[in-house]
Amino acid sequence: MLDARTSQVVTAGDGRSVVCDRPSVAGSVTQRACSFCGARVVLYPIGDALHLVHGPAGCAAYTWDIRGSLSSGSQLHRLSFNTDIRENEVIFGGEKKLQRALRELVAQHRPKAAFVYATCLTGVIGDDVEAVCRGATAELGIPVIPVQSEGFRGTKKHGYSAACQALAQLIGTGDTTGISRLSINILGDFNIAGEIWAIKAYFAAMGIKVVASMTGDGRIDDIRRAHGATLNVVQCAGSMTSLAKLMKETYGIPFVQVSFFGLEDCAAALYEVAAHFGDAEVLARTRALVRAETASVLPELARLRQDLEGKVAALYVGGAFKAFSLVKALRQLGMRVAMAGTQTGAPQDYEHLKELCDGGTILADDTNPLELAGWLADCDVDLFIGGVKERPVAYKLGVGFCDHNHERKIGLAGFSGMAAFAREVHATVMSPVWRLVPRHQFRVSSSEFRDAKKESMP
Amino acid sequence: MSLGLETQNSKMKNRRSGKAAATNTCRVCAPLGAVLAFRGIRGCVPLVHGSQGCATYIRRYLISHFREPMDVASTSFTESSTIFGGRSNLAEALANLTRAYHPEVVGVCTTCLAETIGEDTPGMLRDLARRPDLAPTLFVATPSFKGCQHRGFHDAVAAILAQTAQGGTRLRQLNLLAGPVSPADLRHLRELVDALGLPTILFPDYSETLDGPSLASYAPIPAGGISLEELARAGRSALTIQLGAVLEPGPGEVLSERHGVPLTRLGLPIGVTATDALVAALAAAAGVPIPDALTAERGRLVDAYVDGHKYLAGQRVAIVGDPDLAAALAGFCAEIGLTPVLVGSGAVTGRLAAALGQLGAGSAEVIEDADHECIGARITALRPDLILGPSKSYPTARALGIPLLRVGFPVHDRIGAGRLLHLGYRGTQRLFDELVNTLLANAQDTSETGYAYL
Repeated sequence: MLDARTSQVVTAGDGRSVVCDRPSVAGSVTQRACSFCGARVVLYPIGDALHLVHGPAGCAAYTWDIRGSLSSGSQLHRLSFNTDIRENEVIFGGEKKLQRALRELVAQHRPKAAFVYATCLTGVIGDDVEAVCRGATAELGIPVIPVQSEGFRGTKKHGYSAACQALAQLIGTGDTTGISRLSINILGDFNIAGEIWAIKAYFAAMGIKVVASMTGDGRIDDIRRAHGATLNVVQCAGSMTSLAKLMKETYGIPFVQVSFFGLEDCAAALYEVAAHFGDAEVLARTRALVRAETASVLPELARLRQDLEGKVAALYVGGAFKAFSLVKALRQLGMRVAMAGTQTGAPQDYEHLKELCDGGTILADDTNPLELAGWLADCDVDLFIGGVKERPVAYKLGVGFCDHNHERKIGLAGFSGMAAFAREVHATVMSPVWRLVPRHQFRVSSSEFRDAKKESMP
Repeated sequence: MSLGLETQNSKMKNRRSGKAAATNTCRVCAPLGAVLAFRGIRGCVPLVHGSQGCATYIRRYLISHFREPMDVASTSFTESSTIFGGRSNLAEALANLTRAYHPEVVGVCTTCLAETIGEDTPGMLRDLARRPDLAPTLFVATPSFKGCQHRGFHDAVAAILAQTAQGGTRLRQLNLLAGPVSPADLRHLRELVDALGLPTILFPDYSETLDGPSLASYAPIPAGGISLEELARAGRSALTIQLGAVLEPGPGEVLSERHGVPLTRLGLPIGVTATDALVAALAAAAGVPIPDALTAERGRLVDAYVDGHKYLAGQRVAIVGDPDLAAALAGFCAEIGLTPVLVGSGAVTGRLAAALGQLGAGSAEVIEDADHECIGARITALRPDLILGPSKSYPTARALGIPLLRVGFPVHDRIGAGRLLHLGYRGTQRLFDELVNTLLANAQDTSETGYAYL
């Protein structure tokens, strides 16, 4: 491990604290991305907005329809729009091209709003994106919102707050009449494989209305009236807490931080929301819902657990709340977590993670392929949970893998999502292919050798 | 300084109909091409000089295609490096990479950001080369606003050869510059030259680094690739063969201009005619007759052409991809009686139409500097029977119910992209069988009777 990284890795129980929240070490092959990425992932699922990347083609190509965020209506978010900045604009500026692009695209697609993402290139050539957006808002009759997401401004975390700033410009501009007191906004669910639909169904059963979901299956008009909700329910705390704080300051809307991953956390989330409203009927309905939903998945979990008991997992995910939920969900499946890390965890997150994990668990902030590969081998891991960038590290070493990032196409949130998660874990951990990989072959062949010896001896 | 691509290309027919915006771009960025080229050098770690998102996105895009580890480092620019320059980031990154990866060489390429703030990256690397504690470097400038992955790849190959190849007495050996082909293609080319007993510097060679075996312990740098020693000898080869009908001038010029290595330009060997040309050139260079096994492979291919020809007659095809691959595929289609009606590429070469004319596919409509929206619109209008293209053509294919045969890069919705063989008699055989069978399957699936005997 690089000297510069040693303070970012601890072992639960060793008394040290994870140093985090700092820029990645140059040359460390960080798994983190840039501000642009952070802003793009947060705003992407808004289906009826135009998402225009103001920069070179690559930034747009890499974010074209790669995520599993579903929309119940407009599919505009699945197209990739780009000002395709070339040498000419680098010399003479890209504002005119941006203006033309906005005119063309708004006329063609009639979006409810447009987000214009600044990139490194348009940041350094000095384009006044804000001014172009102001002009376009006046000219085109829809909100055209600049997103200050130049890649060099920071890591993904900076991009999250840039996205929150952009959303804040929309909130408060819609009519809130008719919104029930029993109402919430959901922040930080991105409707991967329809997850928000499952969660909305739970709230509907509890008798709670969802005003705006930000941003999974999100709609501009809903976001504009989000300030009419009674409570903000924040799932992906890392990305959306800053918006929740802003809404608390501006509109006095309180917020709760929850996770819908895993039975325990999902039930806790629903109860916490119910408790907030202090409504006996809501609470009774929530109890009935949690009881029924839990009962519907427990038999399957118990069956899968028989095979998974004692297996070892490692996880490296974006945000800390997902890590907490995964440690608990894996425990429910009888599995032990040997290593857990996040890209964007804060000091208090790692303290909580330490309490949650067994002693000896390795905790890492902003890790990289070499460190991960070392831990997967040293801890003799059966399962690794991460994103597409981590997948080949696991697969190359013959380790099972589950994608828990935005590119997955399987819904893992909610009670039914926990069952899907368990099935996926089981499918990879129990595959017969691992018997053939070099990591296990020695073990297999030596035991077969012993068996063969036994047979040959009278 | 050039007038800029926009001005130049607005005169070109069909270019996105003069739109300012690109919708579903057909290009990725230049450093991605450079990273791919660096992966073809033994012991090399790529380092992208700029914001870390560039490296991360490139990794993700390449991983989704090759499904292999893709350790690409970044100098992780911050706001202050953007203002004051990335010199210290570059030094720190090199030091950390040297320590963690023990590379034989670090392949440094730039980003839009580094290129726009006026960073003298080659100058900084020259200064850092004096430090004995740092790995040596190779450098290529890859501003994406000047070209896409295609250009980044060839610029990197040219830059690497310029920085490594040395002159000297001629050796009985060949340089084979294959272009951004698949690992399976590279393995097949290696097999061909080996069969002819022709010592060959095949570059870049990521046939192993990007399609490697399952491992017991992680290889920080995957095994394989061409060594710096071999690259140094590239200036002494008797001949360079550069593949790519559109590519011009191309990296082979570096070796001809600097070291007097004669250069033969050939199209990618897809189809009998194109493969014949390569095999003849290789056999001539080796001074040996064409091996019987190869002649037999060719014979089987022609025999298959005969078996399949009727299923192709009158069928029309649209081709999408990197210009050299698209041109070679169009030539192959013309050879077997398919009519290429559209060839679309995100790259800007200005030579694609001419290359198609020479390959017997001159009647095809050509769109360079295309995005998938405009290609999709032309495919909708032309209604071909088949699309040959990358995964990114799938939305169009699905919307129109036209079968898509996945070729080239990227293939993000199937496994085994690295094992897609396109080149030689054998690659053509695979393509031909799959192509005929795709058309047969489509006709069968959409027919009322659904015969199981065709």
